[in-house]
Amino acid sequence: MAQTPAARIAVNGVSHDYKGDPRRSLLDFLRRDFGLTGTKKGCDHGQCGACTVMVNGRRINSCLTLAVMHDGDEVTTIEGLGMPDSLSALQKAFVSHDGFQCGYCTPGQICSAAAMIEEIREGWPSFVSVDVAGHARLDDEEIRERMSGNLCRCGAYANILAAIKEVMESGATS
Amino acid sequence: MKAFDYARAASLSDAVGAPACLIAGGTNLLDLMKLEVETPSALMDITRIGLNEITAEGDGLRIGALVTNAACAADPQVRQGWPLLSRAILAGASPQLRNKATTAGNLCQRTRCSYFMDNRSACNKRRPGSGCAALGGINRNHAILGTSDACIATYPGDMAVALAALDAQVKIEGPGGSRRIPLREFHRLPGDDPSRDNVLQPGEVITSVLLPAPVEGRQIYRKVRDRASYAFALVSVAAVLRIEDGTIVQAQLAFGSIAHKPWTDPRVDTLLVGERPSKALFDKAADLLLEGAQGQGGNDFKIPLARRTLAAVLAEATAE
Repeated sequence: MAQTPAARIAVNGVSHDYKGDPRRSLLDFLRRDFGLTGTKKGCDHGQCGACTVMVNGRRINSCLTLAVMHDGDEVTTIEGLGMPDSLSALQKAFVSHDGFQCGYCTPGQICSAAAMIEEIREGWPSFVSVDVAGHARLDDEEIRERMSGNLCRCGAYANILAAIKEVMESGATS
Repeated sequence: MKAFDYARAASLSDAVGAPACLIAGGTNLLDLMKLEVETPSALMDITRIGLNEITAEGDGLRIGALVTNAACAADPQVRQGWPLLSRAILAGASPQLRNKATTAGNLCQRTRCSYFMDNRSACNKRRPGSGCAALGGINRNHAILGTSDACIATYPGDMAVALAALDAQVKIEGPGGSRRIPLREFHRLPGDDPSRDNVLQPGEVITSVLLPAPVEGRQIYRKVRDRASYAFALVSVAAVLRIEDGTIVQAQLAFGSIAHKPWTDPRVDTLLVGERPSKALFDKAADLLLEGAQGQGGNDFKIPLARRTLAAVLAEATAE
């Protein structure tokens, strides 16, 4: 086997040199190498969104990307958004709106929502936008469509929606 | 996942002719590698070779092969002049996947036939000569046009359906030089060799997709699926239609998830041009489109579904 090039990856502001088997997904790297177990492995095939993290500010499925491909990237996980003594606005809103039951999808939901709020700020359209060239409405249908990459088996969607709306309407940093 | 060598390309020339499987977004490839449907012995990471910009070219647009689906759909020029492309991209996958998936990777995505994705099943696409378990199997998602005895899989994507309607071109760089082909000729029908999804030759690399000048008129993408979001199409219709004084003067239609490639039928476009919109005309267009359609049992419903989706899109495109 050829020598695998190294990758320097910053996770929540801490740099880590990744070396080793190139098969390791970013998800397994975060959980095993970094011990950041907030990011969850659900389907491991990009279908459920439980592994959602932000890379350079954009949300992705960490299960469907190789750690070694992230040389120079900045990864933000749920731990980087807020810890129990420093909850982010979205984390607080998920608690106050009861936006989960078992909690397994929650880190992915919150990372996804944080990135979604930024996408809306930048004017990105969605499939349900009436005019893709125009400004997006910030209604329930838009948020549901934009959050469709995150499944919740408990069916806490109504409360997840309420939590996200509260943060968006308050204009707080997510 | 099987072991592989990993290398990073520094420039396009590293990738052209490389004896390795190219990886960019990886959202489909890594999924298939986990299933061991794809087992490359070498991966070349092409995410650092540029090709990630959208630039004007004449009245058209050049979309770099490595532009992400999200960036393409959100690009102000694309949204303004080619809203069909934005809409089709946004109809597919999820925001997380669109942030990784690239323009060229999307074109090269494999079918989602469940037998193709299951190593224990017969599949001529995955293992040539092994047969087709979808024939006589669970074939609800499968093709109704252009099938063969060897394969009834569909091309599953949305973006390429819009690109077919828009008559885009694909720019390809190969060891022997570059070439440019219509998107409509990029994907293949299965015939007796379904292992090849498209006409790319070994060592060739897609470098960009070229959009011709925007068409005045309406651009519509209608996708019918089992749930309202984050699901592959059962049938989709992309339409570019222009009407003057109540008469259709330009029609470019493409259909998704009904064949091994984004389906276009110039006879249907020609039939519509010069006519005034009517239900009878839409019926005639559907008759022509579907005259060779063949269900396989589980997907019989796609024939009337394609008919109705076409009629709905034409009605919307021609409404005053």
